[in-house]
Amino acid sequence: MMLDADVRLRLGELLLEVRLKAAPGQLVVLVGPNGAGKTTLLRALAGLVPVDEGRISLNGEVLEDTSREVRVPTERRPVGMVFQNYLLFPHLSVIENVAFGLRARGVSRSEARQQGAVWLERMGLSAKADAKPRSLSGGQSQRVALARALATSPSLLLLDEPLAALDAPARAGVRRDLRRHLATFQGVRILVTHDPLEAVALADRIVVIEGGTIVQSGDVAEVTARPRSRYVAEFVGVNLFRGRGVGDSIEIDTGGALAAPDARWGDAFAVVHPHAVSIHRKEPEGSPRNVWRGTVEGCDFEGDRVRVRIQGTPSIVAEVTPPAANELDLVDGGPVWVSVKATDVVVYPA
Amino acid sequence: MRKDFVRRVPVILAVLLIAAACTGQPAEGGGETDDAQREVIVLAAASLTEVFQSLEEPFGATRSDVSLQFSFESSSTLVTQVQQGIEADVIATADEVTMGELESGGLLAGPPQVFALNELVIIVEPGNPRNVQGLPDLADPELKVVLAAEEVPAGAYAREALGSAGVEVEPVSLEEDVKAVVSKVSLGEADAGIAYVTDAQAAGSAVSTVPIPEEHNVVARYPIAVLNDAPNDNHAQAFVELVLSEEGRQALSESGFGLP
Amino acid sequence: MTQGRARRGSVRRLPAFAFPAVLALLVLVVPLVGLIVRAPWGDLGAELAAPEVRQALVLSITTSLWATALAILFGVPLAWVLARLEFRGRALLRALIVLPMVLPPVVGGVALLLAFGRRGLIGQWLDQAFGITLPFTTTAVVIAELFVAMPFLIIAVEAALRSSERGYEEAAATLGAGRWLVFRRVTLPLIAPSLGAGAALCWARALGEFGATITFAGNLPGTTQTMPLAVYLALQSRPEGAIVLSLVLLAVSLGVLVLLRDRWFAAA
Repeated sequence: MMLDADVRLRLGELLLEVRLKAAPGQLVVLVGPNGAGKTTLLRALAGLVPVDEGRISLNGEVLEDTSREVRVPTERRPVGMVFQNYLLFPHLSVIENVAFGLRARGVSRSEARQQGAVWLERMGLSAKADAKPRSLSGGQSQRVALARALATSPSLLLLDEPLAALDAPARAGVRRDLRRHLATFQGVRILVTHDPLEAVALADRIVVIEGGTIVQSGDVAEVTARPRSRYVAEFVGVNLFRGRGVGDSIEIDTGGALAAPDARWGDAFAVVHPHAVSIHRKEPEGSPRNVWRGTVEGCDFEGDRVRVRIQGTPSIVAEVTPPAANELDLVDGGPVWVSVKATDVVVYPA
Repeated sequence: MRKDFVRRVPVILAVLLIAAACTGQPAEGGGETDDAQREVIVLAAASLTEVFQSLEEPFGATRSDVSLQFSFESSSTLVTQVQQGIEADVIATADEVTMGELESGGLLAGPPQVFALNELVIIVEPGNPRNVQGLPDLADPELKVVLAAEEVPAGAYAREALGSAGVEVEPVSLEEDVKAVVSKVSLGEADAGIAYVTDAQAAGSAVSTVPIPEEHNVVARYPIAVLNDAPNDNHAQAFVELVLSEEGRQALSESGFGLP
Repeated sequence: MTQGRARRGSVRRLPAFAFPAVLALLVLVVPLVGLIVRAPWGDLGAELAAPEVRQALVLSITTSLWATALAILFGVPLAWVLARLEFRGRALLRALIVLPMVLPPVVGGVALLLAFGRRGLIGQWLDQAFGITLPFTTTAVVIAELFVAMPFLIIAVEAALRSSERGYEEAAATLGAGRWLVFRRVTLPLIAPSLGAGAALCWARALGEFGATITFAGNLPGTTQTMPLAVYLALQSRPEGAIVLSLVLLAVSLGVLVLLRDRWFAAA
C-alpha cells in the first residue's frame, strides 16, 4: 500500500529525474527552489504531463510504465489534486464543484449532492453550498478545493502550494485547518511548498528537489539539523559549509577553517546556527576558538531578530536582537569581528 | 508632446473629412472653363462593356487631354444612380423604358437617340449537349434554365419572348443581370439561358447559341443621351457623336449589335 | 494637489476622445438615418403584406439560423483544434480560415461553384454518385452563408479558448472527467459568452450575405432569394420598395441582437 514513482522527463529547460516512495498516512512535503521540478513532479503523478521514461505505481496498480507503454489517463487515476489557485469552476455553485468528481464517476445527481453536502458540513461551509466560488474568501476556496479533491476518495492526494494564494494574516488559521483535514485522510499525501514554516508545520517527511533531482530526504528534524545543500540551509535558516575534516577542525572549500571537536577526517558538512554567531566591535578575548575579521554586507530585519550578513573568510550570517544591533552600530561595509564557539559547529559527513 | 499629438488627431481627421466633402462637390464655377485633364464619365448598360471599351482609343486619338471613364451596370441600376444625383456625362441604356424615366424626369440634356439594336438568343453549353432546338424545349422540367430577373431589361424581354411563343418555363434562378446568365451557363451550372446576341458573342466558345425565331424575338433598342448636369458637356456630346458615327456603327456591328 | 491635477487632466482629455468617437458614430449611423428618412412609410403595410417579402424574410431567417447552427457544430471543434493542439502549419491553417473574411463574397461564390458546382471538384462527384447538384438550391444558400460567416464564429471561439484558463480542464480531468465531459461541463460553459457573441456575429453576417449567395445559389423567390437579394433586385426597378425591405431586415437583426445581448452578453 504505497506510492512508488520513478520518473524521468524533460520539460523545456528542466530535466526531472526522481525516485519517490511514500507510504499511506504519511505527509510528504516537497520543497525546492522555483523551477526545481516540484510542480512538474505532481503533474506527472496526476498524469497531466507524460513521463518520458519510468514507472509509477500506486497500491500495486501501475499508473504509468513506459517500458510496457502503459499510461492510465488522468481521469482514470485514483488521484485528487488541490491546485495552487484552487481552480474552482466559476460557473458552478460550491456544492456542484464538490459533487463534480462524483458526477464524473457516474454517481447520480441526488447522491452526489448529498455527499457534497456532507463534505461541505465537514468543512464548515454548509451555508455557502449554493454560492458561486467568486464570493468565497481565500481560505474558504481552499477548503472547497480540498473537499472537491477528497470527495472522490482518491488513494493519492496532491496539494500544490495550497497556502500560497492566501495573504499572510489568513495563513496561520488556514494552515491549522488544513492540518486537521489532512489528518483525516488515509491515503498518500504529497504537498508542494516553498514556505519553510508550512513545511515544518505539516510535514512528516521532507523531500528536497533541486534542478530536477532529489538532493535530500528525511524527517523534519533530520533535514533541519543536517542540511545537505545551500538551498536547504537557507530554507531552514542556518549557515552551511562544505569542506574537509582534519582531526579537530574543518577546512572549508571556499576558504577559511572552523575548529570543531568532532570534525574527524574526510569530506564533511558543517552547520552553524546564526544565533550561535557573535559579533564584536573589537577583537574578543577568552574561550571562542573560532575568531575572524569581516565586513558587514547588510542587515535584514525578521520579526524580533536582525540577520546580519558578514563577508569574510568564511562569510557567515549572524542573528542578533535589534538592541544588540543598535549597540554594535552596524553599518554596511563596516569592519567587525566574528566568533563562534567550537561546540556550536555541527559537523557531519558529506 | 504626445498629448499634443493625441489632441490634434481629431482635428486632422476633421480637416480630412471636410476636404473630402469639398472634393465631392462638383466645382461648378470652374467646370466649363477648366477643360484640361477632364474625364468624361459614361454610364452604360452591362451589355455595352466590350464595344464601348473598344471606342476608348479612337476617342482619345483626337483628344489627348480628355479620358473616358466607364461604369457598366444594369440599366435600371444606372437610372437609379442618376436619379440619386451621381455625377456623370453620358448615359446609354439597354431599353427605352428606363431611359424614358430620365427623360420625363428632366434629367437629360436632349432627346435620347437609339444607336444600337440587340436581339435575344438561347445560350446553351458548348456543342448543345441537351439538344435544345428552340424556346419550347426550355419548358422541359429536367432542363436547368436561368433567366435574368424581371427587374432588369434582359429578363423582361426574355419573358416577353417566352410569352409570345406560349412557353411556360420554370427557371432555377433569376440572375441579377444578363452577364450572370451567361456565366452560369458557361460554368456548366445551368443547361440553358436567354441572353442578348452580343453577350453570347462576347462569351466566345464558352457557350453555343440557338436562335429565337423573328416572330417571337424581342428587339432591344439602346438609346444614348447626354445628361442634364453633365459637367463636361461638349466632350460628352463628342462621345455621343462618335457612337453614332460610321466608326461607332462598325464597332457595334462587329460586337453583334443590330443597327437602327 | 497631484490628485486634483490628475482629475483635471482627465476631464480635459475627454473632448479629444469624444470627437473621433462622434465621427465614428456618424459614419455608422447617418446611412441608417438616410434609409429611415427616405422610407415611404405609407407603403410600409402594403410592402410587408406582399407574399414575396414574407417569403424572402422567412428564407433569410431559416437559412441564416441553419448556417449559424452548422457553424457552431463544425466551427467550435475546429476552434478547439486551433487553440489546443500543437501541430505544424497551424499558423497557415488559421490564415486559411480567416481568408473568407477578406475575400470579396462574389469571389467566394465563384470558388464555391468551382468546388461544389455541377462541374466542380466535389460537385461533379456528388452529381455522378448521388445525382445531387447543389447550385440553385436552398442548401447552396446555407453553404454560401456558412462559408462567409463561419470564420467570425471560429475566431471568437478560438480567442476565448486561448485566453481561458487551461487549469480548469486539468482540474476536471483529475476529478475523473473524460475529454468529452470536460468539454461539455467545463470548457463550453466557460466560453459560453464568447460563443454567444461569435454566434451572433456569425448569424448577422449570414443574414446580410449577398455576393456569395447570388453567385453560388442563384436567385429564385422561395428557394434561394434571401432578403439581401430581394433588396438588390428591388433596387433595379423600385428603389422605394428596396428601402422598405432593408428596413425590415434592419428591424429583425436589431431585435435579435438586442435580445441576444440581454441573454448572452450579460454574463460576460
